[in-house]
Amino acid sequence: MSASDLLIELDNVRKSYNMGQPNEAEVLHGLDLNVARGDFMALIGPSGSGKSTLLNIVGLLERMNSGRYVLQGEEVQALDDGGLTLRRRSTLGFVFQFHHLLPAFSAVENVTLPVLMAEGRISSRHEQHARELLAAVGLSRAMDKRPSELSGGMQQRVAIARALVMNPALVLADEPTGNLDTASSDEVFALLRSIHAERGTSFIVVTHDPRLAARCDRTVELVDGRIARDEVKKA
Amino acid sequence: MLPWLGFELRVALRFLREGRMQTLLIIVGVAAGVAVVAYISALISGLQGSTLTKTLGAQAHITLRALDDAVTPARQPDGSLTLTETQPRVQRLRSVANWQALLPLLEQMDAIAAVSPMVSGSGLALRGEATQAIALMGVELDRYDRIVGLRSKVVSGTARLDPGEAILGRDLAADLGVRVGDRVTLQTTVGGRSVSDAVRVTALVDLGVRDLNRRTVIVPLRAAQSLLGLPGGATVLDMTLKDVWTASELAQELRQRYPYKVESWQENNAQLVSALNAQSVSTALIRGVVMVVVVLGIASVLVVSVVQKRREIGILRAMGATRGQVLRIFLLQGAVVGAIGSALGIVLAVVLIWLFTHFVRGSDGLPLFSITLPLATALKVAGIATVCGVLAAIAPARRAAAMDPAQAIRL
Repeated sequence: MSASDLLIELDNVRKSYNMGQPNEAEVLHGLDLNVARGDFMALIGPSGSGKSTLLNIVGLLERMNSGRYVLQGEEVQALDDGGLTLRRRSTLGFVFQFHHLLPAFSAVENVTLPVLMAEGRISSRHEQHARELLAAVGLSRAMDKRPSELSGGMQQRVAIARALVMNPALVLADEPTGNLDTASSDEVFALLRSIHAERGTSFIVVTHDPRLAARCDRTVELVDGRIARDEVKKA
Repeated sequence: MLPWLGFELRVALRFLREGRMQTLLIIVGVAAGVAVVAYISALISGLQGSTLTKTLGAQAHITLRALDDAVTPARQPDGSLTLTETQPRVQRLRSVANWQALLPLLEQMDAIAAVSPMVSGSGLALRGEATQAIALMGVELDRYDRIVGLRSKVVSGTARLDPGEAILGRDLAADLGVRVGDRVTLQTTVGGRSVSDAVRVTALVDLGVRDLNRRTVIVPLRAAQSLLGLPGGATVLDMTLKDVWTASELAQELRQRYPYKVESWQENNAQLVSALNAQSVSTALIRGVVMVVVVLGIASVLVVSVVQKRREIGILRAMGATRGQVLRIFLLQGAVVGAIGSALGIVLAVVLIWLFTHFVRGSDGLPLFSITLPLATALKVAGIATVCGVLAAIAPARRAAAMDPAQAIRL
């Protein structure tokens, strides 16, 4: 794999909490991980294995204590908060377990929020794009509804549309189906797969569900802050 | 809408709308605070204005007289005893030296609106068997009118001071049983010799102070000069200023420039000035405390809002909102709450002023004094309250901006 195919390179990443205190705990112990463009990767492991911490570091929401992180060819560990924020805005999309939509905004407004914060205004072209995304995730009739008027599965679809609105290279999904029933869970996962197929967007999906992990192209298992397994499904 | 505030303003307004009850309560709190500040400012300003008008309506802002006679010990040869206690001299009626030359100089000064020469002294007013002690004032009517607005104080007759005419205080006329058109004899003593003159009353005036109404007799300047034995003289030059509050400084300047006894209205009404100052300080304290309460109210609501919206703040940060954008969202909330509360507060203050003007009346059925809320004061109070809203939001906004997004999302 050439360097230009790599989206993310993590070398010897260490992360500890409560550093310098008696209850200091290292969560990631010198972890190495590469993610290529177009990967659809499941990140699995037991609770406390460091999945969310790794996702937060990859998502530039937390800083590692040591190691090297290259995102799209750029080392990001030395960037200040503003630099990390701008790269997060332009490169990454997030889907969280509990949807995390802003309740005061309608579905389409939630989707256009990242555009609004980047541009300061929403043009009709941006709004059209957001409506197309919502239509693509099957929410043509719920675009102007508030999150409280939508089911859990519909809210997660809005969150997915919002994660895609800035055309990110990588979407980080933390238990995206963890709060949904089996039918909704399958629908949402199928949606992620179809987006991956259509757009070539890379996905890292944290999940506890082995059924869903089995439907990913690649599975990385974390145990006690180390990669215990990194398996690529044969085509 | 400014592009760089589009995101922040929209989120700020939605956050405020979402927490409707909190927002409403704090806007009502700000409005109440602004109303109190604006109403008290207008009330105290009206009260002070009325007090000043009543006080200064019958007196000059600055008076200039001849220096008091003082005992000056003769130079003693060395070794002789110096007497440190001396008997004060009797102050005789004296004219301001060269007042005719001084008058145009004073009139040319920018701060001075009007100057009026006056000869004043004591005497008696006689009519039939009635005798009343009087304060005799000789003036040039037009000039004196510009000092105390004499014509506006006429309650009977027409203010006119031709030779042989006089204007009397209302109560003095009643004591003497005099009406407009009647004659009164004025009597003074000059150098042990009695001097008298008969005058016709052209008008009765109400000077606003009963004691003055009981004693005042105003005659032409020349008549008073004759009655008081000061031919061509003036015992005092009265001055009215464009700004009453510059009187002390101008009096000081005149004292340094000319060898006369110059007194400002503040020196002549020291107790009143102290009372007004105490009132102003109290008002400023009340305004300050109310504004602090407003700031604390807004701050406490926004602190709660930051805690309640941790997750939303975290998600905004994860989506790419900068710390600055989060900071501005909360600062704007403070500004919006302050601005809306200010606007409502000013309306409330106008209503309070209307209620005061229409329902609080004196024993004569007239409003106690006039209160108005000048636009400049209203804008100033509203501006300060809005700035206070922003200041109140600083601490919560910084707290929100400093929030760790990963932690905020986890909660």
